[in-house]
Amino acid sequence: MTQTTRTLSIGLITVIIAALLPFGLSNYQVGLATEVLIFGILAMSIDILAGFAGRTSLGHGAIFGVSTYVVIYMVSHGVSPVLALGLGILAATIVAAVFALLAVRTSGVYFLLLTLALGMIVWGICLRWTQVTGGENGLRGDIRPQFLYDHRSFYWAVLAATAVLAFGIWRFVRSPFGLTLRGIRDSESRMRSLGYNVPLHLFIGFTVSGFFAGVAGGIYAFFNNFVSPSTVALTQSVEGLLMTIVGGVGTLFGAFVGAAAIISLENIVSSHTERWQTVLGITFILIMILAPEGLVGKVRILLGRVRGSKPRTLQDQALQNPKP
Amino acid sequence: MNTFQILNGLTFAALLFVVASGFTLIFGLLRIVNLAHGAMYLIGGYIGYTLGVKTGSFLIGGIGAMAGVAAIGFVLDQGLLRFVRGHELRQVLLTLGFAFVLNDMALVIWGGDSFTVPIPESLRGAVNFFGIFYPKYRLFVLVVGILLFILLWLLLQKTRLGALIRAGVDDAEMVEASGVNIRLVFLITFLLGSALAGLGGLMGGAFLSLYPSADAEILVFSLAVVIIGGRGSLLGVAVGSLLVGILNTFGQVMFPELAYFVIFGPMAVLLAFRPLGLFGKAT
Repeated sequence: MTQTTRTLSIGLITVIIAALLPFGLSNYQVGLATEVLIFGILAMSIDILAGFAGRTSLGHGAIFGVSTYVVIYMVSHGVSPVLALGLGILAATIVAAVFALLAVRTSGVYFLLLTLALGMIVWGICLRWTQVTGGENGLRGDIRPQFLYDHRSFYWAVLAATAVLAFGIWRFVRSPFGLTLRGIRDSESRMRSLGYNVPLHLFIGFTVSGFFAGVAGGIYAFFNNFVSPSTVALTQSVEGLLMTIVGGVGTLFGAFVGAAAIISLENIVSSHTERWQTVLGITFILIMILAPEGLVGKVRILLGRVRGSKPRTLQDQALQNPKP
Repeated sequence: MNTFQILNGLTFAALLFVVASGFTLIFGLLRIVNLAHGAMYLIGGYIGYTLGVKTGSFLIGGIGAMAGVAAIGFVLDQGLLRFVRGHELRQVLLTLGFAFVLNDMALVIWGGDSFTVPIPESLRGAVNFFGIFYPKYRLFVLVVGILLFILLWLLLQKTRLGALIRAGVDDAEMVEASGVNIRLVFLITFLLGSALAGLGGLMGGAFLSLYPSADAEILVFSLAVVIIGGRGSLLGVAVGSLLVGILNTFGQVMFPELAYFVIFGPMAVLLAFRPLGLFGKAT
């Protein structure tokens, strides 16, 4: 079996198992599983940049949330859900393109700082532009279409969307374009001297990544029926990035493992204490110290060691090496 | 814009300089982007407020804020960052996690109310300044900002410690080999940068007030200052603070709801031409 067919069959089996999940779960648990899928897409979109272009973004929570805002605003103003979703994704993609224009010439820590600052500007606007965004109170609207009202049918719809998106992202990073991004991650100067337009590739990569984050944010609008500045806040970007890192930077499907881990943790913690922020912070610190390659990455390395072959290291070079 | 608003811009710039100079000291010299700097500012302000109210002394509040935040800096540097030394990105993300913990702890200890640090009797009221009545305290902040710039410049350019720090940044091994404990020098720098966050918290807490999301706001301003000014340049921080301070005041007067945007626009244009900021050097 070639690698492609193997990955595809594993993917197909996972989707079938995931489709059967709701039969064994309570409504609440189906809701959590839906959330895992949505945030898995967000984490994958972050991984397009972090894992394949070597750029760690802290602005994706904002891109995600812009889409959520637009969808809820539009539907509660009478726009049809499908059109609203389209507009939300469009808005997120435009915001991502603006971020990209500013950020593509930077790398490493500068890129991270810039995306963080840009994300915070979006947060500031959502907080202050009260007439449109509702300020701190946010926007509420019962916007989910009737045929998706039931927890399970909504879950299946999200699962179907996730499967298509995940396949799309997987194809994208394996395309010649994705390989170019990897080349940029590994050595920008080499790619430049080979004649590649590095900023243009990063710009397109960032915008595509923002498109996927926008899709996740749009779906989240229908899931949550509510949006507030905390949806676009730094915490959202941090959680998304943490999911990517826990799953393993550069492992793509690890995003769902990471999302499941963080969302389970969040739910366990919040049923005992209100100190979720502290736990999130401590988790982040521990992951950075103990397992920067993430859970899936760590397992791969350990498996590689058992098999006696060289580990397939796809992780973010910048996370591993002192000097990117 | 009238004189009053220009002065508001300048005094805000002075506050930003106090906060951002601590940030850039750690960033420029130690290569650590300390994203907990905003949280340290907030906690410094809270400590200053508590001590100030309890003792009735602004000075004791200030000393407490600087010492308390320096102690937090010590824990961060020696307790956590030592495990990820040399990994730029892991350092940044670790400080981000630390910021989350600090903010949440501040919320537990001080709650969600907003506080204003009490200012001493002698700094209350307004004085006639260039033909307008202007709050004395804000002028005091301006003076502190200017003094701090001079002091830091002298420290880095004219003292042995400053020379060691600059040499250590370029070649830590060589400095180490010449018998200097470079780790100690770096630790002192980290503590100094942290203490400046605490000082900023105390000073800002007296005219911007302190509340749970103040850390994020001051952090994004500091980032804008450092991104505009460039990595590790003291002059860059000064110029960046002036630009951000004045633009922000201008934005609040002209477009109160979208004030952030007014900083963002020029920052965007600047970055298109100078990705490393005004005074940044490629490393």
